[in-house]
Amino acid sequence: MFIFDSKYTSLKTLLNNDQLHITLQRLAHQLVENHLSFKDSAIIGIQPRGIFLSDRITKMVKQITGNNKINYGRLDITFYRDDVQTRDIHVPSDTDIPFSIEGKNVILIDDVLHTGRTIRSAMDALIDFGRPKKVELLVLIDRRFSRELPVQPDYVGQTVDTILTQKVKVYWKEKDGKDEVVLLDKM
Amino acid sequence: MLSVKHLLGIKELNVSDIEQIFQTADNFKQVLQRPIKKVPTLRDTTVANIFFENSTRTRLSFELAEKRLGADVVNFSASGSSVSKGETLIDTVNNILAMKVDMVVMRHSASGAPWFLANHINAGIINAGDGTNEHPTQALLDAYSMREKLGSLKGKRVTIIGDIMHSRVALSNIFCMAKLGAEVTVSGPPTLIPKHIASLGVRVEYNVKKALEWCDVANVLRIQLERQHKPLFSTLREYALYYGVNRQMLDSLKKDIIIMHPGPINRGVELNSDVADSKQSIILDQVENGVAIRMSVIYLLSGKREME
Repeated sequence: MFIFDSKYTSLKTLLNNDQLHITLQRLAHQLVENHLSFKDSAIIGIQPRGIFLSDRITKMVKQITGNNKINYGRLDITFYRDDVQTRDIHVPSDTDIPFSIEGKNVILIDDVLHTGRTIRSAMDALIDFGRPKKVELLVLIDRRFSRELPVQPDYVGQTVDTILTQKVKVYWKEKDGKDEVVLLDKM
Repeated sequence: MLSVKHLLGIKELNVSDIEQIFQTADNFKQVLQRPIKKVPTLRDTTVANIFFENSTRTRLSFELAEKRLGADVVNFSASGSSVSKGETLIDTVNNILAMKVDMVVMRHSASGAPWFLANHINAGIINAGDGTNEHPTQALLDAYSMREKLGSLKGKRVTIIGDIMHSRVALSNIFCMAKLGAEVTVSGPPTLIPKHIASLGVRVEYNVKKALEWCDVANVLRIQLERQHKPLFSTLREYALYYGVNRQMLDSLKKDIIIMHPGPINRGVELNSDVADSKQSIILDQVENGVAIRMSVIYLLSGKREME
């Protein structure tokens, strides 16, 4: 989880309010392009920060397709992390997947793709609920060149080149009062 | 993150610790309802269950909790071990730890044994019952089960009936209820109620019927004959007559109270079958919640280990 502290200073805005909105629209349309009616597809957001993105995307997909019964779930990966012993204990969020993922085309959604470890955990967690036909990954920001595992996204909002000391912070209106993506660095 | 490194007693926990254990238990309860009731969280952790006293439920519950967290488990019971050859407690535990065990769950007949151990060894310790002192995970699962039925425990009334003097469940429950804001009355034969129990902030009511009329929840305890070195009441039949909880008594109340029991039940003594198996009883919910609560405690304590 992203711990925000005052030691970081903002370098630049990656996406402002309008740009973010356009990007979300594009991602939603790309999903519909590949999944059409979403009959055998499911959207699953990764807790805690990924669900703001997945909430929005799901809403948009519903508008575009006119299908109000899209399978949508939230996945908490706390118990599947590979760093339980080396970091502070994480407080888990709820997992809520009210449908079977067996044989479904699942779209995993998270806000920022960095090392790929979160996605590795999420795939392990997901498999414990059944065997999806296919798993895709949608992220808003892809920090390429910082991967520690071979994970690649299928849908990307924006690709950025970052160094390790930097952080990408996504603000959501629902939680932070504004829609914006910024790049931060240590002061 | 908990404020303690070990779970020795409820006495040492603060309210936010208890809330955090409950919240995390909610998540584990979800996990336990899935087809795959297991997560790999503690796959690099080994837990030793060291039981110097008999136990079915607690030990099974701990073992399931550990296994469902993905931990490796070793079990040890005093009978048939080197303890009977005269090995000391520290030696026994240190020998187990030398085999690279990360966490110890211990039940011991001596009150205070887990505190003693915590001062002398370098591993997380969970008290699974020490003598007549505390049984913290039982109190946590009791409070959690009550909370599930009643919502917040603030202002709720809980009667604990039976062998208060020898019961670690009673003491841990009294501490836990006080921290969560519930009122407690203890009831039972005067010989089984410690003299100064009121100093813990509980009411004493020797008449079980009156105690039941007062409460929202009755936590009925087992008569622990093995801990009574001299007889403290004349016969089990007399105990059942005056202090046992039966259907007739519950029906005479003007409300439906919740019945709990930490097990094992002496049917027909402290609790009649027509009560234990009734809709008012949440005894099996307690057992079910026990695994989730223990998973939660083990998980929350596992991050506290010092890195080498």
